[in-house]
Amino acid sequence: MSSSLSTSDRQQQPTHTPVALIVFAWALVGIPLLYGLFRTVQTAITLFTG
Amino acid sequence: MAVPSILSRERIVARPGFNRWLIPPAALAVHLCIGQAYATSVYKSALVAHFDTSLTAIGVIFSIAIVMLGLSAAVFGTWVDKNGPRAAMFTAACFWAAGFLVGSLGIATEQLWLLYFGYGFLGGIGLGIGYISPVSTLIKWFPDRPGLATGMAIMGFGGGALIASPISRQLMSLYDPSYDGTAGTTPDGGAVAGLFLTLGIVYFCFMVFGSAIVRVPAEGWRPEGWDPSTVKQKALVTTENVSARNAVKTPQFWLLWTVLFCNVTAGIGILEQAAPMIQDFFRTGETSAIAASAAAGFVGVLSLFNMAGRFVWSSTSDYIGRKNIYMVYLGVGLLLYVALATLGSSATWLFVVLAAIILSFYGGGFATIPAYLRDLFGTYQVGAIHGRLLTAWSAAGVAGPLIVNGVLDTQGTPGQLVAGDYRPALFIMVGLLAVGFLANLMVKPVDDRWHEPKKAEAASTARTPERSAAR
Repeated sequence: MSSSLSTSDRQQQPTHTPVALIVFAWALVGIPLLYGLFRTVQTAITLFTG
Repeated sequence: MAVPSILSRERIVARPGFNRWLIPPAALAVHLCIGQAYATSVYKSALVAHFDTSLTAIGVIFSIAIVMLGLSAAVFGTWVDKNGPRAAMFTAACFWAAGFLVGSLGIATEQLWLLYFGYGFLGGIGLGIGYISPVSTLIKWFPDRPGLATGMAIMGFGGGALIASPISRQLMSLYDPSYDGTAGTTPDGGAVAGLFLTLGIVYFCFMVFGSAIVRVPAEGWRPEGWDPSTVKQKALVTTENVSARNAVKTPQFWLLWTVLFCNVTAGIGILEQAAPMIQDFFRTGETSAIAASAAAGFVGVLSLFNMAGRFVWSSTSDYIGRKNIYMVYLGVGLLLYVALATLGSSATWLFVVLAAIILSFYGGGFATIPAYLRDLFGTYQVGAIHGRLLTAWSAAGVAGPLIVNGVLDTQGTPGQLVAGDYRPALFIMVGLLAVGFLANLMVKPVDDRWHEPKKAEAASTARTPERSAAR
C-alpha cells in the first residue's frame, strides 16, 4: 500500500511543482528587490540632476 | 554533527518532475537577507552618538562580521556540503537572526561588546554559512548554466543592501519620529535597537521560507535536453571531482585565491571612499563641484553596477569561459584603473563611467568564482571549496581599506584632498590587478592525482577509505 512506501520509493514518484508556488516564491523575493532597485535609482538620479 | 531529520539532505531530494526554477528564489531569500551587511552605514552615525564612541569603534562591528564570514565559510563548508542546503540555510537563519537580537539587546542596554558579539560574531557566522549554503545546490540544478545560477544568488547579496538601506531609514523614522531620514538628522539608540529587533524577526522568516522550499536534485538528474558530454569539450572544465581537503593542496586553488583577493581589494578601494572620492576628484580649493547629494547618487550608481555585474558578467562567463571573463575583470579593469587615475578628473561623466564599470567587474568577480571552482574541481565539494576561498574576501576586506586609508592619510586632510592625492592608492590597485591577471593566466586543469576515485573504482578500493585524505 502507498502508506508503506519506503523513502526511496517515494523519491521515485513523479511530482508537479505548482505554478502558483513558483510565482509566489519569485514575488516574495522579486518585489522587495524591485523596491530596492527603484529607491536606489531615485538616489542615483541625484548625481545627474544635482 | 547530526541534524534533525526534517533538515536532512535525504529529506529534500527532489522527485522527478520538480521544477528547478523554485531554487533561485530559495537562494535569493537567503542572500537578500544577508546582503544587509553592506547597509550598515545607515545607522553608523546613530550608533556613534548612542555609545558616545568613535566611528572606528563602530566600524569594528562590520570588520568582525566580514572576518567571521570568511572563517565560518571555511570551517563549516564541508558541513554545509554534507548536510545539504536546508540545514545550512536554517542554521544561517538562526545565527543571522540571533546576531540582530543580541545586537538589539546590546544597543538597548548600551553594551557595545554585546553588539560586537551579536552582529559581529554570531551574525558573521550566519553570513558565512548563508553565503555558501545555496551555491553548490544551484550549480547542481543548473549544470548547463552555472554562471547564470550563481550570478542570480550572489546578485541577491548585492541587492540585499539596496533593500535594507531605505527600509532601515523608514523603520527608524517610525520608531523615532524626530528622525526623518534626511542628512543632518540622527535616530536615537532606541530606534536602532527597534530596527535590529524587527530585521532579526523578518530576516528569520524569509530565510526559513528559503530553507523550506529548497531541494537537491536526485543523483543522476540532468536538465531535459542537456548533454553532459558537451561540458568536457570546454577547456578547463572537468567532469572529475576533487575533495575540499585536496583542493587546498593544488596550485589552482591558491591562484584563484589570489585572483579573488586582488579583484576584491581593487573594488573595495573605490567602494570604501566612493562619496568623498568623487567630491575630491572635482575639488577646486575648498569647494567641490559635486554636491553631497550628488555624491550619494554616485554611491547609488555604483551599487546598481555592482549588483548588475554579478548577474550579467557571471551569465556571460557561461558563453566565453571563466578564465576569459577573469581576463576581462582583471586586464580591462587594470586599464580602467589607469584611466581613472590619469583622466578621471577631466570630466564627471568619464569618472562615473570608469568607476561604474570597475564596480561591475568587482561584483562579477564574486559571482563567477563558484562556477570557476566547479569547472576546475567538479561539483562534489564545491561549496566547501568555495567556503575556503572566501578567506580571500576577508583578507581583502582588511587590506583594501588599509591601503586606501593608509595612502590618503599620508597625502593630506580629508575634505582637502584632490585627484592627485588618490593616484598612489589607485596605482597600487593597478599593481594588484596585474598580479591577479598573471595568477589567472597561470590557471591550468587540476592534475589527475587529485581527482576522487570513480564509483566502481571506489567500491573496489573500499578497504582503503582514507585514500582521499591521504592524497
